[in-house]
Amino acid sequence: MNELVVERPGPLTTVQDLGRRGVAHLGVPRAGALDGPALRAANRLVGNEPGAAGLETTLGGVALRAVGPVLVAVTGAPSPVRVDGRPAAWGAPVVVPAGSLVEVGAATAGVRGYLAVAGGIAVPPVLGSRSADLLSGLGPAPLTAGDRLPVGAPPPYRAGPELVPLPAPPTELVLRLRLGPRADWFTPEAVARLGRDRYLVSPTGNRVGLRTEGPAVARAREGELPSEGMVLGAVQIPPDGRPVVFLADHPTTGGYPVVGVVPADDLAAAAQARPGTPVRFVPLRGR
Amino acid sequence: MTDPRPADPRATAGTVRRVGERALLVELPGTAEVAALYGWLAERREAGELGAVEELVPAARTLLLDGVADVDAVAALLRTARPTAAGAAHGPLVEVPTVYDGADLAEVAALWGVSEEAAVRIHAAPEYVVAFCGFAPGFGYLTGLPARFEVPRRATPRSSVPVGSVALAGPYTGVYPHPSPGGWQLIGHTALLLWDADREPPALLAPGTRVRFTPERA
Repeated sequence: MNELVVERPGPLTTVQDLGRRGVAHLGVPRAGALDGPALRAANRLVGNEPGAAGLETTLGGVALRAVGPVLVAVTGAPSPVRVDGRPAAWGAPVVVPAGSLVEVGAATAGVRGYLAVAGGIAVPPVLGSRSADLLSGLGPAPLTAGDRLPVGAPPPYRAGPELVPLPAPPTELVLRLRLGPRADWFTPEAVARLGRDRYLVSPTGNRVGLRTEGPAVARAREGELPSEGMVLGAVQIPPDGRPVVFLADHPTTGGYPVVGVVPADDLAAAAQARPGTPVRFVPLRGR
Repeated sequence: MTDPRPADPRATAGTVRRVGERALLVELPGTAEVAALYGWLAERREAGELGAVEELVPAARTLLLDGVADVDAVAALLRTARPTAAGAAHGPLVEVPTVYDGADLAEVAALWGVSEEAAVRIHAAPEYVVAFCGFAPGFGYLTGLPARFEVPRRATPRSSVPVGSVALAGPYTGVYPHPSPGGWQLIGHTALLLWDADREPPALLAPGTRVRFTPERA
């Protein structure tokens, strides 16, 4: 089996596909690429199924030595791509000869980059997915130098679209918010202000959640909520009042009240918003 | 088997709240009603009567349905649902051979006002049911211990609890499926492998599973 050998893992690089489903009742998070459309696009460029496992980088890129020849594509956060030091295309299929070094540089914008390889990263699946889950430690650990990543048999090459349109990383993160299930734990004024106040993306966020800095959302009632099931995009208000938007590695249950839920379509942008990016919540009224 | 507390038939329909675009949260009076609804929904899903539903996540007083293809139809069905407790505790029975030698056994016995030997008999007597999972993959919250034996969490959590520790907190018994930090009172340990991602099922203590603790010598 062909392999990619990790020469530089970057600050945080993980194997990700589209995540685990049907196991939340066992306490298993969904995991999966934070910017799903970018992983799908990278897979499409190399002829893979959209849910094949690739690599998710975080700000700083990754460097890999190809044992045999591979076809790769890099999407997500825009970044320089080099093969043996020579510039190569971002957002397009790139041939990497046997023994060559493919480098994804530091992102020039955005946060998460995706490297897909024809055939996919073929680590053994765990509960139906190859994704690294950083909350519970399921799936492969984050990459370290010297790791050898198995590459699956490449699919027959189909000339796909050479250009995959992807949105640029956001300069302002606009998150629609369907209120509930616990909007009634906050004062009506606080919920109204949530739609007007400006927040910033906090540097303390991770794959579990996007954290924000800004005005505290005031509670209408004291007390604790017994832990209840959590969904992707849930906006929890912890005791400090600053909204946390749950991303792919979120816990399956949680005890802080959820004021509203961000639709999954808006979360790809959340995955690419750098610390300091302004955040605006746009409440949608439920039916 | 001992019957779990019967679900209140007037309340089982619960309050249904929308959660985003594709999920519903049902609020119920307690774990017995959650277990009844969970069993009922799992059967409906198996029979293809719910359409696509990716996740059924029970918790202490709620049940979450996530990845629901037809939210309105399932919400309407939930408002008329009248599950009975009969469907709740028909899960498989798992025996957990337990050495009652936990670091907090003496303290728990003191809280209960009994000897350590009597505390073991009290804990090993009931048939438990896994009400829900959380905290970590395969960590089940087991109900079945009479309410008068509730114990508080430890004031200071341990930074490391060994895998297989049998522990108490509030109304629940749990068995640590992985070594982890934890604040529960440790009363014993089991050599049973509770979690194995490569096994089907990966979690021995999945919601609805019935559990008996059988005392063993060290």
